[in-house]
Amino acid sequence: MISRLALVAAMTAAIGTTGAVAQENVVNVYNWSDYIDEEVLQEFTQETGIRVVYDVFDSNDILETKLLAGGTNYDVVVPTGTFLARQIQAGVFQELDKSKLPNLEHQWDRISERIARFDPENEHAVNYMWGTTGIGYNVDKINERMADAPVDSWDMIFDEEIVSKFADCGIHLLDAADELVPAALNYLGRDPDSKSDEDIEAAKELLLKIRPYVQKFHSSEYINALANGDICMAVGWSGDVLQARDRAEEAGSGVTVEYSIPKEGALMWFDSFAIPKDAPHPEAAHAFINFMMKPEVAAKNTNYIFYASGSEGAQEFIDEEILNDPAIYPDDEALERLYTVSPYDPRSQRVLTRAWTQVKSGT
Amino acid sequence: MNGFSTSRAGRLIVRLLPYAWLLVFFLLPFLIVFKISLSQVTLAIPPYMPTFDLVGGISGLMDSVRQLSFENYAFLFSDRLYVLSYLSSLQIAGISTLLVLMIGYPIAYGMARSPRAWRPTLLMLVILPFWTSFLIRVYAWIGILSREGLLNNFLMSTGIIDAPLTILSTNIAVYIGIVYSYLPFMVLPLYASLERMDESLLEAANDLGCPPPKTFWVITVPLSLPGIVAGCFLVFIPAVGEFVIPDLLGGSQTLMIGRTLWAEFFNNRDWPLSSAVAVILLLILVIPIMIFQNMQQRQQEKNS
Repeated sequence: MISRLALVAAMTAAIGTTGAVAQENVVNVYNWSDYIDEEVLQEFTQETGIRVVYDVFDSNDILETKLLAGGTNYDVVVPTGTFLARQIQAGVFQELDKSKLPNLEHQWDRISERIARFDPENEHAVNYMWGTTGIGYNVDKINERMADAPVDSWDMIFDEEIVSKFADCGIHLLDAADELVPAALNYLGRDPDSKSDEDIEAAKELLLKIRPYVQKFHSSEYINALANGDICMAVGWSGDVLQARDRAEEAGSGVTVEYSIPKEGALMWFDSFAIPKDAPHPEAAHAFINFMMKPEVAAKNTNYIFYASGSEGAQEFIDEEILNDPAIYPDDEALERLYTVSPYDPRSQRVLTRAWTQVKSGT
Repeated sequence: MNGFSTSRAGRLIVRLLPYAWLLVFFLLPFLIVFKISLSQVTLAIPPYMPTFDLVGGISGLMDSVRQLSFENYAFLFSDRLYVLSYLSSLQIAGISTLLVLMIGYPIAYGMARSPRAWRPTLLMLVILPFWTSFLIRVYAWIGILSREGLLNNFLMSTGIIDAPLTILSTNIAVYIGIVYSYLPFMVLPLYASLERMDESLLEAANDLGCPPPKTFWVITVPLSLPGIVAGCFLVFIPAVGEFVIPDLLGGSQTLMIGRTLWAEFFNNRDWPLSSAVAVILLLILVIPIMIFQNMQQRQQEKNS
C-alpha cells in the first residue's frame, strides 16, 4: 500500500519528463487538440522528408508544467500569449533563426505587433492562430426563453436577471481563470488586465453571483455539448464554438449554434509556435514552422479549424465565408474593442487561482 | 561450506529486496518531494529554488540548505481550503469504503459459499474489468450518468421519472465511480478470508442451537476480519488521493485533495506548495496505519 503511494509521488515528481524519442529527421510537435488539418502534416513529410511526431494538449497549464519541468523532447510547442511571455522569462525558449524562416514575410504585421507585447521584437515566437473568447449559444433555446435576448452583450452571462433565464438549459464557462476574470473586470468597467487584489476580488464577487446558474467549468466539453444541444450557452473560444456550429449543421439535428463577440469587448489571444531551448531537432523545428507559415498551408488550417490565421498572405486562399465572418475576422471597429492581458506574477496568480477555486467550489 | 554461505547470502538478498524496493520507490521519492516542499517558487526550469548544485561545493550546498523553510506548511494551515479539502477527501473516501464493504461483503460471501466448481469463474468475473483501462471505465460512466445518458433515457422510457436526473457532476457520481472502481479491491481479500474459513465451525454453531443470523455475526464476521481490514485499507487509501474520478465525474463543488493538489501544481505552478500538500497527505494516511498495526501487534502478543 505504501509503495503504491510512493509510486504516485514518484510519478508526480517525474511528470513531464516523457516525450517522443529523439531521432534524426523527426520533428516532435506539441499542439492544442483539434487545432490542425492533419493532411498538412503528411504534406510536410512529403515535401521535406521529416517525419512528424504529433502530440496534443488541451490546456496551457499542462504545457507550461511540462516545459518548466524541462527535458520534454518537444521541438515545436504552441503556447498562448500570456503563457508565452512567462515562459520566455523563465528561459524556456530559444531565439528563432529568422534566416531559416523565409515565410515570415507573409505574417500579418497587425498580429505580430500585438504579440510583441508578450515576445519583444518577436524573437521567440511566430503566430499560428488567434481568436477571441466570447459567447456561444443555441439560437432556438435562447429565443424560446427570451425573445429579445441581448446576445451581443456580456449581460447574457453577467446580468443575474438574464443569465438565470437560461440556467435550466445548461451554461458552461471555460475553466480558465485568466480569461473569465478579465472578462468580468471588463464588464465591471475596470481594467481587464488589472492584477490588484481588490479588482480580482470584485471580479470574484460578480462571478459568485452568477455561479448558481453555471452547470460546468470546462475548456473543451462545450464543443460537443453545444453541437448536441445539451447546453444552450457557453463562454468559449471563437473557433471552438464555430466548430460546434459546423458539427451541428453536419449532424442535421436542427441545432443552430452562433458565436458572438460581445459589444463591451472580449479577450483577444494568440497561439504561437516556439522552440524550446533543449529541442533535439531545432533544424526540423524551423522547417516545420516555416512550412506552417506558407500561405496555402496556413489557409488550409484556417479553413479546417475556423480560427483566424496569423498569416496575412494566407487570406487569399481562405474561404470567403470564413474571411467575411466577423466572428472569426472581426472588422476594424470590433478589433478596437478587443483587449489583451499580460501574464500574472506568482503572487497574483495565487490570488487569482484561489478566487477561481472559490467561484467553482464555493470554498 | 561454500554452498552454505552462498545460500545464506541469497537469503540475505531476498530479505533485503523489499527494503531496497521501499528505499528506491518510497523513501527516495519522498525525500525529493519533501525537499521541494521546503523550497520557494521561482520562474525557471525547474520552477523552484534552491536546486542543490554540487558545483558550489560544500559551502554552496550549505547555502542552499539555509534557504529551505517550512513556510509552505504554515501557509497550508492559514487558508481553510486545504484543511477542508483534506476533510472532504477523508469523508468521501470513508463513506465510499463503507459502501464498498456493504456491497462487497455479500458478493464475496456468495462466491465463497458457491459450488467449488464455479468459484474460478466467479473470481474471473471479478477480475475481468481490469482488462479494460481504468480511465475508459470511468469515462463510460459519463455516458451512463449524463443528462441525455443511458440511465436517464432508460428511466424516462419506463416512466419511472419525468425529468432527467442530474447525477453527473455531483458528489453522487463520485461515490458511484469510487464504489464501482474499487469494488474488486474489497471483494478479493474478503473472498480469500471467507473461503479459507472452516465450515465445520458453522455446523457446530448450528448444532448447538445458534440461529443463522447470530452465527454470521459471532463467527463469520470475526473470522473474516483480516479480509475486512485489508479490503478497507485497499479502498480507503487510494480513494483519499483519488483524482481521476472526481475530475471526470465530480462537479465544480466536489472538493478533494487530489484536485486541490492538481490546481497548485498545474494552475499555480507552485511545486513547493503542492509538495507540502502531498507530504501532509502522506502523513495523514501513514500515521494512522502505523498506529493501527502497532495496536494489532500488541493485541496478538497479548493473545499468545
